[in-house]
This record gives sequence, structure tokens and C-alpha cells, in this order.
Amino acid sequence: MSDKKATLKIYRGDNDGGEFKTYEVETYPGMVVLDAIHDIQAKQEPGLAVRWNCKAGRCGSCGAEVNGKPKLMCMTRMSAYDDDPEPIMVTPMKAFPILKDLVTDVSQNFRMAQKIPAFAPRPREADGTHRMQQDDIERIQEFRKCIECFLCQNTCHVIRDHGKKEDFAGPRFLIAMAGLDMHPLDTLDRRELLKDEFGIGYCNITRCCTEVCPEHINITDNGIIPMKERVADDYFDPVRWLIRKVGGEEKKKKASLPVIQNETSTPVVKKKKTEKAAKADE
Amino acid sequence: MASKSVHLSVLQSGFGKTLRRDNWWAGPATTGLIITSFIVYATFRGFENAHYEIGPYLSPMYSPLIDTSFAKGWPIPVSGAMLILGGPASFRLTCYYYRKAYYRAFAMDPPGCAVGERNAHTYNGERKLWIFQNLHRFTLYIAIMFLVFLWHDAVKGLIGWSDGTHLNVGTLVITMNATLLSLYTLSCHALRHLVGGNVNSYSTAFLGGLRFRLWKAVSVLNERHMLFAWMSLFGVGLTDFYVRCISVGAFADARIF
Repeated sequence: MSDKKATLKIYRGDNDGGEFKTYEVETYPGMVVLDAIHDIQAKQEPGLAVRWNCKAGRCGSCGAEVNGKPKLMCMTRMSAYDDDPEPIMVTPMKAFPILKDLVTDVSQNFRMAQKIPAFAPRPREADGTHRMQQDDIERIQEFRKCIECFLCQNTCHVIRDHGKKEDFAGPRFLIAMAGLDMHPLDTLDRRELLKDEFGIGYCNITRCCTEVCPEHINITDNGIIPMKERVADDYFDPVRWLIRKVGGEEKKKKASLPVIQNETSTPVVKKKKTEKAAKADE
Repeated sequence: MASKSVHLSVLQSGFGKTLRRDNWWAGPATTGLIITSFIVYATFRGFENAHYEIGPYLSPMYSPLIDTSFAKGWPIPVSGAMLILGGPASFRLTCYYYRKAYYRAFAMDPPGCAVGERNAHTYNGERKLWIFQNLHRFTLYIAIMFLVFLWHDAVKGLIGWSDGTHLNVGTLVITMNATLLSLYTLSCHALRHLVGGNVNSYSTAFLGGLRFRLWKAVSVLNERHMLFAWMSLFGVGLTDFYVRCISVGAFADARIF
């Protein structure tokens, strides 16, 4: 244990008001901000409220703002601030209502999650399985890394500064929608929902969500922009609109396509052919 | 349980207010300075209407060469650059990278991540006034068309000499400009979507394998889109400046072979 000390200024209060209180802790190599908070809880301020769980950057519970930057406290080393003579400021996530001290009410995110139509896969193949290739799902695996810490929701200025919590889904749920829309087995068309209910047009691509993501998900380039382009396909592309009009086609519905493709999918066809060929050989 | 979020004074709200201690303003300030300088320079060159062509070299701001004699006697001077620059400018205006850059630097919406915005204002994102941003794919087609002209100029810079084929520094400069613009254009998000990003099931889609490979290739370039965006912007400015310098005789164009 080293005798090095660090000073933290922590927000204490709730939604109706609060103040910064100053604490001093002894630091040690490898110590993270959450360790410092726990140290203060244990030795100085038992009533200090903080939400945490895994302390390993997996559960996404301990999101807060350290020196104004949205971070997971368990993944933020105290040593990162060694050169800063000022106290380390720890505040709750600003975009959400404060319950107490560093604990915020993130339930608006769960309400938004409930609005997303669930995964609706095409019918299973004849042998009762679903088949898809690695190439098909590579993209969406990145989105599955999300730990729902909501740092992206917190830093998104549409939610944080403009308060559009009901009109705009926010980055976390736009990539959730992207994961479903890009899924090779999914049959639902969610683009109208994306455009209207989820307000994808509110996003002006300022990329703060990507900058703060502790899982390093490329939210903007791989999730939001592709979805903006897909919405543009259906709603903002006059050439496609004209082709649909002249061709007498209804807006292309994703629902009908994968099922047809499934029936002629390469692995199944190949397998059937092989069986037939084997029988013919017999 | 709290039902609404409030901006507590102790947590700082208002324009530029933040607890961040890093130089968050340096990025937007530099961006604003560079873009403004480029616009000023391009405007000057557009009105100058001279020193854009010498030997086989043609400034990228005046490529393709347009005869503006039809506008003689008009109350407003018209140059080829004025007719041309709208095309590439629309590509950069609607570019997914530049959108971040200028929304932060000029609109300050937001000025930085977790930094307070200017005073309360109506925000519609890209739903109303900026809804045209959705037409980025059409500006991509325009940009690709311009690449054809610029590569033509690059080849002309090599073989278009009155005394045959030879390589000068100017040839390299013009070729570098065409290369950087090609990298910027081919790393475009809209192109990434069009070549394969719009496919859900590569293994079953028509030409799925090819589209997957194309999408992967554009994705590799796309990761450096910001870099190419800036390099190509500097490339255009410097190439034009080089052609102008040669044209006014500021220095001679060195011959390599």
C-alpha cells in the first residue's frame, strides 16, 4: 500500500439539489475510481450511494462522469489523474434523473427497449434448424458487445441537452435496431419505426456515443449511419421511389425476401443434392 | 423516485460549460479555422478566374475546363470554378464525417462531447432544414464523375506535353490530388452501403459473395474516412496553389525525367 493520496470531489445530493463534497483517499497501484468510492464509503461516508456490480467492466452499472467525461468508474484508473493537481470530480450521469449521489434513474432506457419489436426469425428449415453464414452475422456481433452502461445515451446531446427522451431512441437502441435489421434471419421491417418513433433523423452524427463507448463499439459508423442509409433507401431516395412507382411495386418489404431465400439457401440445396446423388448412385 | 431530469447548477449547464479539463475546444476550433480558410481561398480563386491552367496542368478547382464566354457582359462575373465547385462541395457538405466536424465547429450543436450547448434553441437534427443530408448518395455520384475528370488531368499531366511524355513535380502533385480524392470518395459511407451494406444475408443474396467482398474493402477504407477527408481537402488547395504559382511564374516546375 502506498502512502500516496488523492482528493476527490463527489456530487452528494439528489434531483432537488446537492453539492460537491471533498474526500481524501490513499491510493495504490491499479486502483480505480470505483475503488476510491468504495474506500470513502467504507471509511468516511457510509451513506454515499453508488451503483456497481461486477467491477470488471462487464455489467455497465457504475457509469458516471469523471472530470466531466462519461466513464465506467471501475475501468478508470486513479493513476490517469496523477499529473492533475486539481481534485478528481465525480458526478452522476447528467442526462438521467438523480436518485441519490452517483445513482441515476436509467429506467427511461428500459422503457425505450420495450418499444423495439422483438426478433422475428423466418421459419426453421426442414431439419428444424436455422442456418446462416459467419459473413452474414459478422457485422451484428459487434453490437452484441453492448453492456448497456448507457454512457452513450448520457453523452448524446439530443438526450442530454435537448431532452428528447421520448422522441429519440438514442445510440444504444439504434444499434439494437441495427442488429435486428441486419440480421439474416429476421423478417420484420423496422425502418418506418426507426424514422418516426425512434427519431433517427435527430442524430446529427457528432459521434460522442462512439467516443465514450467502453466496449469500443463503432456505434456511429457501423450502426447508426448504415441505418440512416437504409431509412434513406426507403424514404429519401427519389430514384428508388420512382423505380417503385414505375414498376408498380409496393415499398419493398423485407418480410417476404428471407423466407424465399431460405428455401433455396446454398447449404440446404447442396445437402439435398448430395442425398439425391447418393440415392441415384445406389 | 425521481421522475424528471433537472439541470442542477452545481453540475453546470449552459454554453461551453463542462467539468472536462482537456482541450476539448481545440478540435472544433482547428476544424473551423481550416474549413473557413479553405472557403475563403476557394472563393478568392473562384473570382480570380485566372492562373488555373498552364501547359498540361489544370487546377482541380477548374476541372473540367468550362468555357464561360457565354457569360460575358453579365453583371456578375462567372468563372469555371464557380460552376464546378458546387459539385464537390455538396459531397463534402453532406459527408458523414464533415457533418460531425461542422456541426461541432460552426453550429456548436454540440461544441464537444459532454459540453454545454448554446442557449435553449429548437433542435430538429436532420429531420427538417437538414433533411437534405439524406441525399448524400447522389452527391457521391457527382464526386465519382469528378474523379474521372481529375484522373484525366493526371494522365494529361504526364503525356500531354508538347514535346512528348515526361514527369514533372507538377505531374506528381496532380496525381497525388487525384489519388487522395479517390481514397476519400471510395471510403464514403454511402458507397459502403450501396456496394453491400444494404444486404442482410450475403450467403443467399444475388452476387452476395462479391458484394460482401466489396463491402469489406470499402469498410477498410471507411475506417480512415476522416483522414482522407482532411488530406484530400489539403490536396485540392495545395494542388491549385501549385498550379497558380507555376502559372504566375513564382517558381519553375522541376522536371524529373
